[in-house]
Amino acid sequence: MAISLTINGRQHSVDLPEDVPLLWVLRDEIGLTGTKFGCGIAACGACTVHIDGQAVRSCQVALADVWGEVTTIEGLGQPGNLAVIQQAWIDHQVAQCGYCQSGQIMNAAALLADIPTPTDQDIDDAMQGNLCRCGTYPRMRAAIKDAAQRLGEV
Amino acid sequence: MASIGKIARRTFLVGSVAIAGGAAFGIYQLRKDAPNPLITGDGEVALTPYVLLNQDGVTIIAPRAEMGQGVHTTLAALVADEMDVAWDDITVLHGPPAQAYYNQALLGIALPFRHYADTEFRNSLRQNIGLVGKLLHLQVTGGSTSIKDAYERMRHAGASAREALKLAAADQLGVAVGDLRTADSHVIAPDGTRLAYTALAEAVRDITPPDVALRPRSEWKYLGKSMPRVDMLGKVTGTAEFGTDVVLDGMKFATVRMNPKRAGMVSYDDTAARNMAGVQAVVDLGDGIAVVASNTWLAMQAAEAVEIIWDDAPYPADTAAMMAAIAASLDAPPDSTVRNDGDVTAVVEGTEVVADYRVPFLAHATMEPMSATALLQDGALQIWTGNQAPVMTRDKCAAAAGIDPEMVTVHTTLMGGGFGRRGETDYAVQAAKIAATLPGTPIRMTWTREEDMQRDFYRPAAMARFRGVVADGTALLVDGQIAAPSVSHQSIMRQMGQVPPGPDRAHVEGAADQPYGIPNFRITGHLTDLAVPIGFWRSVAASFNGFFMDTFIDEMAHAASADPLQFRLTLAEREHAPSAGVIRAVGEMAGWTGQTPEGIGRGIGFCYSFGTPTAQIVEVEDTGNGIRINKCWIACDPGVALDPAIIEAQMISGAIYGFSAAMQEEVTFADGQAEQYNFTDYDALRMHNTPAFEVRILETNPHIGGIGEPGTPPAMPALGNALFDLTGVRARELPLIKTYDLIL
Repeated sequence: MAISLTINGRQHSVDLPEDVPLLWVLRDEIGLTGTKFGCGIAACGACTVHIDGQAVRSCQVALADVWGEVTTIEGLGQPGNLAVIQQAWIDHQVAQCGYCQSGQIMNAAALLADIPTPTDQDIDDAMQGNLCRCGTYPRMRAAIKDAAQRLGEV
Repeated sequence: MASIGKIARRTFLVGSVAIAGGAAFGIYQLRKDAPNPLITGDGEVALTPYVLLNQDGVTIIAPRAEMGQGVHTTLAALVADEMDVAWDDITVLHGPPAQAYYNQALLGIALPFRHYADTEFRNSLRQNIGLVGKLLHLQVTGGSTSIKDAYERMRHAGASAREALKLAAADQLGVAVGDLRTADSHVIAPDGTRLAYTALAEAVRDITPPDVALRPRSEWKYLGKSMPRVDMLGKVTGTAEFGTDVVLDGMKFATVRMNPKRAGMVSYDDTAARNMAGVQAVVDLGDGIAVVASNTWLAMQAAEAVEIIWDDAPYPADTAAMMAAIAASLDAPPDSTVRNDGDVTAVVEGTEVVADYRVPFLAHATMEPMSATALLQDGALQIWTGNQAPVMTRDKCAAAAGIDPEMVTVHTTLMGGGFGRRGETDYAVQAAKIAATLPGTPIRMTWTREEDMQRDFYRPAAMARFRGVVADGTALLVDGQIAAPSVSHQSIMRQMGQVPPGPDRAHVEGAADQPYGIPNFRITGHLTDLAVPIGFWRSVAASFNGFFMDTFIDEMAHAASADPLQFRLTLAEREHAPSAGVIRAVGEMAGWTGQTPEGIGRGIGFCYSFGTPTAQIVEVEDTGNGIRINKCWIACDPGVALDPAIIEAQMISGAIYGFSAAMQEEVTFADGQAEQYNFTDYDALRMHNTPAFEVRILETNPHIGGIGEPGTPPAMPALGNALFDLTGVRARELPLIKTYDLIL
């Protein structure tokens, strides 16, 4: 039976088994490949999306259990219409291979929604579930602080 | 703007890059015999391999792959700086598999010289021998060679394109070419008339790009500056395309389950799997199976449900037996004696220092598990995959699909991390095989993380035995033996079917080639015959030799009651000024005094690798709740800092990769297979335990050096040396978590 989802403000009807993780619904069914698969066990954060504004590991949320509106990196901001956090990422030239960055940015966006002026400890606590094998952590930290400042000025 | 899709569509059957209504430039005056891989359709012209121009803008064809190291940005800057292209007008595409894109620098590094002592003569000899790379189709991204290889070639491509455009404009305007200048993607006449490059695309078709001198550094606009990366926007918006992101009409999704013992398959039973939701096919791959389904996750579930009986591993079953084999090879005759200064067998008066070291197997653990997308249609195979070796990928996939290489098109996508892993072709071949069983159906294959850990080509475990003599505060003798299975032998055998002749010099890089003036200095390489699959891992042998050599240097400094920084500096000053320069610089940056307060430890590490001497100072702190790394200072000398921000990022990235391995990474074996499966048992540094960094880039090195790897080797000993300074306990084995209470 088809299940109805709201993703990036659009309604989708998905006809897949109920236990398929949201990650694989997004990537293979909806075609939103910005959300990445890294581990499948919530150990790396590459699949982070928002459900009702909360950062979740989409590899651990079954299709039938999606409890609210889903936002992916594509819904956060697109070329020409970037979110503040994405612009900060560009200004600090954060990404290297880039594969984990969608998840990092979604996680950071949720952090800033939660704590508008995070301390280093807040950033450590919020971001340590997101792995980056290229080691972009120092620039990510700088970008998060910069975005916090810009959001505070708005 | 040009797009991968637009150009790829035109090249569907021919395996080359085409140009839509424009021209392609790239001077190739030195090596004209390499066929131009760029082909043209109606009303199109291709002059050579690096620059495409059409009415939409300028596309720079990168001969090397982007795996995060920023190479597409710097390759573009090499062309654009000479060609006067406005930065925002640039698109970068990876080139097709082609002889024209062979990596000359890669073979050059195999020459039997100490790189750091290269004279101009030797450097040019190195380049000439690099021509062999063309014959071997070495279109490889690796060995930190991309910029070395492209430094002149791609600037020439830009300069020639610029001059050709001026000739075309001179014709159109009736102005002498000498009176024209170029800026911001325009040719500009003395009266101020501006002709856009895009408007000259047709007119320039019949003009042969002239060979002109390169601009002096004083005229560089982009080179030497930190440029906005060309891949950044896509990577922060989720629109960058990796091998696992390719979307094709009618596509199915696949995953594989291969023998984790790296042998064949006795039998399998897929009865249950075939009846699972969404499953379309189970494919016999010989040493494993693939499942094709309507969704990747459904394929992964079904692959897990296939019951498989595996053949046994062709190597010792557990880590202890493997380490015993490596230890035994230490006592066997050496394969190489690359460094043999003075006489290490002579009696030298002083304090003797001896130490044995060992390091474990390591996984690459790229963030993107191995992946590829493939389509076999009308006898032609297309494959989209992040890879470091497109020609080998093409040829191996052709063989797997039973077609000619000319019928294979390789689209090299961005890589979700490479670190050497994507120089292998195993995953692309699997996708090709699956696609070959389902002609007309595009297949996107993605490995599970567990498959990625279990089927890696690991950094080999290695052991070393060092003896040294110190007196009067300096080193008089170093005699080191290094044993491990040979990465070069195994991977070249895998890719080319033969073992290169002669001693394996790469096996001792990071030790035998260190720029230290030690009167009696010998390094012997010992090869262990071990069939565990191993491969190139960021900085290759320097990843273990850097730890062995520099840790031993640190031990000798302490035995000599010398300051560890001054000890290294004295040895380097005798041999190589740029190396001495980075040691001195890093000491200045960190305010090195040789003294640290209670609860703080500092260590220095140094390694010359891939042409770039790199020194690091690490500061650690005992928090009372475990030891953390506070800060890391890095000084490097790549000769020319083409893009300082990218170099800084790579130095930090390399160090973090090294710290991660040194602190906690280890692949162990039991019952013939790796015991690690996911990031829960093979983790790396994360935000909370990453230190602050400071990087200084020096430019005294007379030869341009690599960037992607040199940050990794010194990180491991620098951290170990800092921990010794803090605790007084010396770890001669990695990972360091076995010896110290580190914050993970």
